[in-house]
Amino acid sequence: METKYAITVDDLTVAYNYKPVLWDIDLAIPEGVLMAIVGPNGAGKSTLIKSILGIIKPIAGSVKIFGKPYKKQYKEVAYVPQKGSVDWDFPTTALDVVMMGTYGSLGWIKRPGQKEKKAALEALEKVGMLSFKSRQISQLSGGQQQRIFLARALVQNASIYLMDEPFQGVDATTEKAIINILKELRKAGKTLIVVHHDLQTVPEYFDWVTFLNVKKIATGPVKDIFNDGNLTKTYGINYKVSVQE
Amino acid sequence: MSSAQIEIQLIACLVAIACAIPGTFLVLRKMAMISDAISHSILPGLVIGFFITEDLNSPWLILLAAVSGVITVIMVEFIQKTGLVKEDTAIGLVFPALFSIGVILIAKNANDVHLDVDAVLLGELAFAPFDRLFVNGVDLGAKSIWIIGTIVVITLTLLITFFKELKVSTFDKQLAATLGFSPLVIHYGLMSIASVTTVGAFDAVGAILVVALMIAPAAMAYLLTNNLKKMLIIAILAGIASALIGYWVAHYLDASIAGSMTTVLGFLFLLVYLFAPSKGLISVLYRQKRQQVEVYLLTFMLHLQNHTEESERHINHLGEHINWGKMQSKTVVDLALKNNMIVIDDNIISLTEKGKGFAEKAIDYITTNSTVAIEEMKEDFFLFRG
Repeated sequence: METKYAITVDDLTVAYNYKPVLWDIDLAIPEGVLMAIVGPNGAGKSTLIKSILGIIKPIAGSVKIFGKPYKKQYKEVAYVPQKGSVDWDFPTTALDVVMMGTYGSLGWIKRPGQKEKKAALEALEKVGMLSFKSRQISQLSGGQQQRIFLARALVQNASIYLMDEPFQGVDATTEKAIINILKELRKAGKTLIVVHHDLQTVPEYFDWVTFLNVKKIATGPVKDIFNDGNLTKTYGINYKVSVQE
Repeated sequence: MSSAQIEIQLIACLVAIACAIPGTFLVLRKMAMISDAISHSILPGLVIGFFITEDLNSPWLILLAAVSGVITVIMVEFIQKTGLVKEDTAIGLVFPALFSIGVILIAKNANDVHLDVDAVLLGELAFAPFDRLFVNGVDLGAKSIWIIGTIVVITLTLLITFFKELKVSTFDKQLAATLGFSPLVIHYGLMSIASVTTVGAFDAVGAILVVALMIAPAAMAYLLTNNLKKMLIIAILAGIASALIGYWVAHYLDASIAGSMTTVLGFLFLLVYLFAPSKGLISVLYRQKRQQVEVYLLTFMLHLQNHTEESERHINHLGEHINWGKMQSKTVVDLALKNNMIVIDDNIISLTEKGKGFAEKAIDYITTNSTVAIEEMKEDFFLFRG
């Protein structure tokens, strides 16, 4: 059977002020995987996600979503940015932030109505935040804010989810809740790409992994390539992680 | 009230509305200073526009001045993007340069027209009713009313049409981009509106008051609500209130209208800053004080939990043991008593069941530092509030 790719990245090079942060990346992400992107600080993990989303313009190479440029496919893709990328003092409620996820399918000018509100409430319920719907967003804890971001991505009803460190600064309960939702999404045939920091949990959470450190070190199924050799190549030190078979 | 007085107040209110709308978004985007830059650097555009059109009230003049406002923003961003200077420095470099070009242009070429630097900085609302709009010889009212009224209508229409886009790109620029709403288009759209508003308004109220009317009402509204729509409405109302009160203050003091309006704005802001229900200074200080007491209470409970020996729990020795003053000890003991967390028997303090439960939860929170525990603790802490 021929593998269908959700995202294909070809010869992607991104530079900030002439310093390459991503160098000649080739990457083909099969549809339906739950993939971790791992690598040290400054490896270009967030940059890779932002380049896939077209937020950052590469100096070379291309990205295709289901074979077409992002601009034509943006309704297929949901993005969960780092929690710290927005001002949580913004005057709005949890429900309203989740509603923003529906704006993409609405397009310009058209306003969200009952249908969008219903979808947002369902997403809030799914992440266990329904009782917080009217809460001002600055009154939420870090874990709750992350759940709100996840709910916002859920209402986009996309085929591909790109997440930038969704587990950063969240408590253990939230981490479990989030990973369960991610696994559910994968079961539903969605493709999920997650920038991840905690190497210990990679085998437990993910079925696919990409090692990144400016260049792509390796990509493939966790069971095949998540080993000390690749970790050492990526992190530059002699890395030992016990991988349970 | 004479018709001139009514017209002046109408102009002031229209200016307040026109300024409050872009002002709210500038404040939320942390770009308040850019309004200052725009208000000054539209001067060269105004002067050049005047040379071309030779008419101080031409719509082309407003458009050209607005363009120089947008150019300011572009220049600031360009300089900032090089990474050699920070944004505030870039603003401080660009607008005085453009403003001074305007000043020189006026001095060299336009000495004989009504376009002087004083008028640019302070405006003169009192003279606005003298400049009438005639169509076929019929007096339609002060020209400023028509100019600013048009700007208000355009701004309101754009706000209502693109409210969703403005909101999402202000809150989360990256999300907006991935949803297909170009943040750049919205950004420059907003900057254009801010520029047009500034040009239209500053003829009446001057460059300084334009800035005050953009920023102060929005800053007040920000402290009074957690809802963007309400924030816009409050900002508009605060602007109108300041405009009207300011006008009558000026009337009774026989002072500058623009100056009085700005003073009222400052005074109203001070009131809101101090007394806003949840975000005001007094409320914030009160909350901090309560939290401090809560931490003391927690410390006290943990102390009791840790020490079974009676010497450590004697009410008179409490101060020495945990190094607290008399007043502080008394406050904490009273609070704990009031909430049935301790009992005092023969001057020896013991935890009640409720107190023990609370202390255990507290230890749990401190050791695990889990946000779930904090959530529960918050519920408990509310018991001590008020």
